[in-house]
Amino acid sequence: MAIIIIPTPLRKFTSNTAKVSLSANNVKGVIEELTINFPDLKKHLLDEKGNIRSFVNIFVGNEDIRNLQQEQTTIKEETIISIVPAIAGGIHS
Amino acid sequence: MLLIEQKPLDEMIAGAVQTYPDECCGFFFGKEKPGERIITKILEVNNSKEGDKRRRFEISPRDYLKAENYADENELLLLGVYHSHPNHPAVPSEHDRMAAQPYFSYLIISVKEKEILGIRSWQLNGNFQFEEEKINHYKTNKIKWQS
Repeated sequence: MAIIIIPTPLRKFTSNTAKVSLSANNVKGVIEELTINFPDLKKHLLDEKGNIRSFVNIFVGNEDIRNLQQEQTTIKEETIISIVPAIAGGIHS
Repeated sequence: MLLIEQKPLDEMIAGAVQTYPDECCGFFFGKEKPGERIITKILEVNNSKEGDKRRRFEISPRDYLKAENYADENELLLLGVYHSHPNHPAVPSEHDRMAAQPYFSYLIISVKEKEILGIRSWQLNGNFQFEEEKINHYKTNKIKWQS
């Protein structure tokens, strides 16, 4: 099973679990499975259309899925998937 | 309540002054108990924003992962993110709010050249709005940083 690493700010929605094992075989399936197991995560990962929010990065191994096949990126057994929140900001424009 | 030990406080202030007029940014780590967080360590990272770093900051995903790993390896909690607002108050902008994560403390340092005009910290509430959290340390107003 693939392992998804939950970033610190989202662990309060996974009962403080940092690593979750999932059986889906692509990124889209992994996110769906994760949000079924932990429904409070959904609004932090997906927008109202069900797409991965723009401030959320998903890494498969060391690669951003934007450089792979996006949500269709295949997940193999023992793949490590990381949810990486985008950290940005700045002064009033 | 956010308690900041002197060393990480000094390091954040030094970063804000040295990076001026650009925005500095980094992570902080420590421990927490109900109602209280203690910052014991910081990790300053590169402002990876392409474009106007005087008004914007961005932290690369790889630096984020580095911070998570650092927390794991040192048995500390990754408690939040700090950044500076050059020539502007230590109040989060809409841009700050849009990108903010739950749980994290967002500490903002208002800086003008070598003078720290204020340090304030903010957290998202359940409605995705910022609420200020108290900081317990001393001399955060009008600190003259000495090189």
